[in-house]
Amino acid sequence: MIKSFKGKTGEGGILPPFAFLKRNKSEDFIFIQILKASALLVSIVIFAFLVTLFLSSWPFVKTYGLRALVSRVWDPINESYGALPFIVTTILVSILALLLSIPFSLSVAFLTKTRNLSERVKDLLTTSLNLIAAIPSVIYGFWGLVALAPIMRILQLKLGYPPYGVGIMTAVLVLTIMIIPLSASIASEVMKLVPEELEEASYALGANTYETNLKVILPVAKSGILAGFLLSLGRALGETMAVTMVIGNFNNFPSNLFGPGNTIASLIANQFNEASGMHQSGLIFLGLVLFLITLIFNFTGNLLILRRVRK
Amino acid sequence: MVKKLLLGTLLLVLTGLAGAQGVELTGAGATFPYPLYSKMFDVYYQTTGVKVNYQAIGSGGGIQQLIAKTVDFAGSDAPMTPEEESKAGSEVLHIPTCLGAVVVTFNLKGINELKLTPDIIADMYLGNIKYWNDPRIQKINPDIKLPKLPVTPVFRSDGSGTTFVFSDYLTKADIKWAEKIGRGKTLNWPKGVGGKGNAGVAALVNQIEGAVGYVELAYAKQNNIPVALIKNKKGNFVKPDIESISKAANVKIPEHLKVSITDTENPEGYPISSFTWILVYKDLSYLKDKKKAKELYKLLYWMTHEGQHYTKELDYAPLPQSVVKIIEKKLTTLTFEGKKLQ
Amino acid sequence: MKTRKYMDKIFKAGIITFSILTIAPLFIILITLLKWGINALNLDLITRIQRPVGERGGALNSIVGTLIITTIATIIASPISILAGVYVAEFPDKLISKITAVSSRLIAGIPSIVIGIVVYLWCVKPMGGYSALAGSIALAIMMIPNIVTATAESIMMIPKDYREASRSLGANFTRTTLKVIIPFALPGILTGLLSSFSRIAGETAPLLFTSFGNPFLNLNILKPMSALPLLIYNYATSPYREWHQIAWGASLILILIVFLVSIISRLGVKKWKA
Repeated sequence: MIKSFKGKTGEGGILPPFAFLKRNKSEDFIFIQILKASALLVSIVIFAFLVTLFLSSWPFVKTYGLRALVSRVWDPINESYGALPFIVTTILVSILALLLSIPFSLSVAFLTKTRNLSERVKDLLTTSLNLIAAIPSVIYGFWGLVALAPIMRILQLKLGYPPYGVGIMTAVLVLTIMIIPLSASIASEVMKLVPEELEEASYALGANTYETNLKVILPVAKSGILAGFLLSLGRALGETMAVTMVIGNFNNFPSNLFGPGNTIASLIANQFNEASGMHQSGLIFLGLVLFLITLIFNFTGNLLILRRVRK
Repeated sequence: MVKKLLLGTLLLVLTGLAGAQGVELTGAGATFPYPLYSKMFDVYYQTTGVKVNYQAIGSGGGIQQLIAKTVDFAGSDAPMTPEEESKAGSEVLHIPTCLGAVVVTFNLKGINELKLTPDIIADMYLGNIKYWNDPRIQKINPDIKLPKLPVTPVFRSDGSGTTFVFSDYLTKADIKWAEKIGRGKTLNWPKGVGGKGNAGVAALVNQIEGAVGYVELAYAKQNNIPVALIKNKKGNFVKPDIESISKAANVKIPEHLKVSITDTENPEGYPISSFTWILVYKDLSYLKDKKKAKELYKLLYWMTHEGQHYTKELDYAPLPQSVVKIIEKKLTTLTFEGKKLQ
Repeated sequence: MKTRKYMDKIFKAGIITFSILTIAPLFIILITLLKWGINALNLDLITRIQRPVGERGGALNSIVGTLIITTIATIIASPISILAGVYVAEFPDKLISKITAVSSRLIAGIPSIVIGIVVYLWCVKPMGGYSALAGSIALAIMMIPNIVTATAESIMMIPKDYREASRSLGANFTRTTLKVIIPFALPGILTGLLSSFSRIAGETAPLLFTSFGNPFLNLNILKPMSALPLLIYNYATSPYREWHQIAWGASLILILIVFLVSIISRLGVKKWKA
């Protein structure tokens, strides 16, 4: 692939060294400036994003301070901007989805670590997870609405609850399916990093699969797996479409896990088009809050992974 | 290879931009008249070639996007509030396009007709009536065996003119509601689930047993879901249909056309009837293209004249002649860059 | 003693069961999708545009919309991201590289609905209208982190010798990068591009307040345009059986596009390497 160099000066002839160097150097200079500018542009994008979010939220924060984060009633036409129900529901739904996903992601990770399984099966598992991750959110929402919700209704009637079908639990189930691939793949990668000698030593000492996996490999891979969980939590927090289609769009605290509620992302999707002035500023403020919460989880997760890799 | 792909895309983009010959109008707002509007705009395109892109995002969204001037016109079943009108800056004309009804629909197996009163409806949404076999409901429906099924109220999750009409009625007809909730496009619902658009509410009522919801008549008819007969101001239980809607509209209409006809005095009128409006700025200069302004005028004229033929078959009531006369006068006041459109 | 064996058996059974349960939803959803989607896959779906309820409508305008918006987004995102990725890979110790890497990760963490809000404020309001271009810009922003990372990682995997050999032959940094490094990194870069493409093809939230939707077939990127995710969102939440059917058909087409692009990227990469 290394082609010969036909400069403007012709095919590799002997040239006055200065001219050659000068042209190459100026070309390099321009090129590197272009590269630098592109890199800077990326930073400018996120900077501009944050500036826009802060500036647009400012009118709201100036008027209501941070009280919105702890007030309980969201009623814009009566100038009541309490976002606590949405913050609580967002975190509740995401954490439940994460907890529910743990046995699944860990099982997949353990399975891919085992030597006893053929490569083909492991590939099938990995490919399936990739496919799950590739399905767009809106299709999960659609499926949740027309396939999962009716089943939830039957369950709710049996348990004596009103047959909403849509609600917290439905959103949690759909979200769980969606975040498993991410935490499963990170957990698998991290477990692969656990040195084989450790595993072999454990088996050599007479430990069985259960003990090796749970008491040797898992503790070693702990921080990386935790990182995976934090990243999936970050993913779950920002999820909009699937959640808004199945969560019931109820702007208060859910009365129980089978009842409807609303997350920050879903609230914004519902109300942004019609909002202006303080209402719009409030929604943008909530968007900023959501971003910051997601940031904390993603940042911590990435930090843990970096530390893991460096080890 | 990549070069070819880029060239092809560039060509496509340029063609697209060049193809902007025909006038296209963009509108947004109410889902209440959407079945009628989508039919009207479809026919309009077939007959005139003018494309009207109307997105039913709810009356609240329509009004805000009109104020932000990101759309050419808005659809709304709720007249603009004073705050909204001041945000708009310049005068916005409210042009009624048809009459419709907000019906109360429900999902009860085997029950196709039900009588309801405003206080019962209010209490179902307030959470005070928890089961369908509540004595109050049973009392006015003696021939129907009501099940002990929990009542699930369904409301709008987006800013809705239909919500406004519904709550406007309940505010007039039930004191408890007036005190606790009031009227508006977005309300603080104490109980239930929210659906997106009239379509979303109809879908949820269809799916949830024991649900009660409020939708425009056309949606109930299209989806074969039952509608309740509502006791009007004069004490009669009225079924929502074109006649009872028109009767409710048989009142003196003011020049500004922003009238609410809920809780009608007419003994045979349906109490939750309403006009729905298309909102346009009187001064169409922001459209930047005189041709566009003229097309908008033509569209509005067509919708309120020939377009009225499509109302009845879709279960909307046509505009009374008196209203059409006022509209014609209003439309002549549309200006573009200071001059009248004519 | 027996407890250990017992626990071992439970453990093994457990991880197998849970793993099967993990991929079960995939099959359930795909089967549901195939069953109802194939039903809806008729000529109408791909040749007709959106029509009112009761008239024969299809998804043509949305299919074309998705292809246009996603392609334009890729074209917008690629140059900046690839060049930025090159810089980060070649000058990892410079401050700008470190800031860029952090910025890229920050962008990846923005909830998609927030991206929609900001692009609405940046593009839709000032332009005085919704447009496919605004939608493409929103999607392009989402693509940046993936492409930057893919580019940087591909380049960093190239052995130092390649660069040194090129330099020793007299080539400067520019030539070396353009004619040696990037061609070798191209498979990785293209994979990043195509996988981003298939990812954002399914995004809905950023388009809600930017591309808006359009029942007509529209090729003009300065006007509102429909897209498959928007169509699915609107039709899925409606009560009409025929619209649900179209939504299933559209979902199937969307997934086909997503899967197809993934497969092409993997095949194309193999071919390039050969």
